[in-house]
Amino acid sequence: MSAADLVVIGAGPAGLAAAASAAGLGLATQVLDEQPEPGGQIFREIERVAASHPALFSLLGEDYGAGLELLGRFRASGARHLPRATVWQIDDERRVYYRHAAGAASIQARQVLIATGALERPVPVPGWTLPGVMSCGAAQTLLKSAALVPDGRVVLAGSGPLLLLVAVQLLRAGIRPAAVLETPIQRFAALRHLPRFAAAPGYLNKGLAMLRELRASGVPFRRGVRGLAVSGAGRAEAVRYDWRGRRREQDVDLVLLHQGLAPNLNLALSLRCEHLWDESQRCFRPRLDPWGACSVPGVWIAGDGGGIAGARAAECSGALAALAAACSLGRISKHERDARAKPFLRERERHLAARAFLDTLYRPPAEILAPSEPRTVVCRCEEVTAGEIRRLATEQDCPGPNQMKAFTRCGMGPCQGRLCGLTVTELIAESRNISPAEAGYYRIRPPVKPVTVGDLAELDV
Amino acid sequence: MFRRLPETAAQPVTVVIDGRPVRVPFDLTAAAAVLIGDGITRTTPVSGSPRAPYCMMGVCFDCLMEIDGVPNTQACMVPVAEGMRINRQVGARKVRS
Repeated sequence: MSAADLVVIGAGPAGLAAAASAAGLGLATQVLDEQPEPGGQIFREIERVAASHPALFSLLGEDYGAGLELLGRFRASGARHLPRATVWQIDDERRVYYRHAAGAASIQARQVLIATGALERPVPVPGWTLPGVMSCGAAQTLLKSAALVPDGRVVLAGSGPLLLLVAVQLLRAGIRPAAVLETPIQRFAALRHLPRFAAAPGYLNKGLAMLRELRASGVPFRRGVRGLAVSGAGRAEAVRYDWRGRRREQDVDLVLLHQGLAPNLNLALSLRCEHLWDESQRCFRPRLDPWGACSVPGVWIAGDGGGIAGARAAECSGALAALAAACSLGRISKHERDARAKPFLRERERHLAARAFLDTLYRPPAEILAPSEPRTVVCRCEEVTAGEIRRLATEQDCPGPNQMKAFTRCGMGPCQGRLCGLTVTELIAESRNISPAEAGYYRIRPPVKPVTVGDLAELDV
Repeated sequence: MFRRLPETAAQPVTVVIDGRPVRVPFDLTAAAAVLIGDGITRTTPVSGSPRAPYCMMGVCFDCLMEIDGVPNTQACMVPVAEGMRINRQVGARKVRS
């Protein structure tokens, strides 16, 4: 078993910034990341794309390109990086267990930083399990990591900045979507947050530029779409929706769904650290202090895994957590920590100023948060429907997601609730007329990623 | 379902998808290689319905395949390699004796 002062889990903006800062402060720092190259989903394969595919690099835009500076700092910092390492557990002594190319292993951490980022919120609409339906983020990952673009008629549906960004990136790659379908957004409710949004660095201009680019392309951009459903025999063949008072149908080969992001919580939840319901982001998140400390001593959480704030804020949170970890290990004084933290706190505030507007504007529609069509699959792994969950929540008096598991197996498949957890919470809350906070969330236990008996037997503990 | 951008040539490798050799760029994951075809990675253990990768980032587990003999492998997390055998997983994985 190896050891490190700080083990960072995840090599996205938060993890990389934290690792670079921690190593710079003299901490022996080990990054464990699932992906083959550092960068997280946002800067996926950035070094290779920049070196080998200049046209792709430039069409992905300047927010992607900006990641090179962070990667450079990380590479120069002396932090160790283990790619393709999947963490399945952090135990009470802060031993971190993972599997990688050479098998199963563990590392003893004096401090742990969880920087597992975000995942796309589930978009449970009828037919979303059909081949030919993917998330917008998946299409973007294929573009960044594999230079792949959709072949055939593609429709993007849902709402949020990533929906627009992927539409624009596909256009720049020469792919003309058959349509972009936007579910209802909350313009009026968001309006009062507009001044702060406009003051946040770059956000308003980037948003407007994406809308202009999409409109100028002439691709049908239909706003206020409801009743989204995908149909087909064995794969997606058509998307149906209500728009301007009529039911519409569009033939498709690929549907890309998106409805915003939510923190990827499974590792944090498995530690039993305290979580709370965030009404404005409509998700659970860990309770953190300004440094990223959660309720478990020696464990820090930075980046979108602590609440959706975007890549730039994630970098700041990572740097702040590194300072706090260095301070708690006695490497720097509190005075030095506070002095060094100032620019990061200021910068993070500037980016957080964008959130209230974005969170309000793109709040997912009720019919997506808690699907009304009873046959809609909610748990993709165990194929449990919205109708079944509603019925059990009321008729059988099932009070929460953990009891629902016992009734239906929802959340017990390989994804461990990552793609159904929020929907099950919302369905139970709505059916029983209680708040999502009261309904609660799945009790997540390690291993948070599948591990074989062979892996466990190999461990040297 | 997907195709490679023309100006992004990369060294090809040969992988064997369901017994059929396919030449793909070396920098793909197994799931991406399958998505150049019909994209179907598995059928579900519950209803037997076909699935394709949904998230491409390791969270949805809809890309579980048998790769080089190892069932329940997340194909989106595995880079292709010369000769890699990528098989669709039908229903629940079999327990080997």
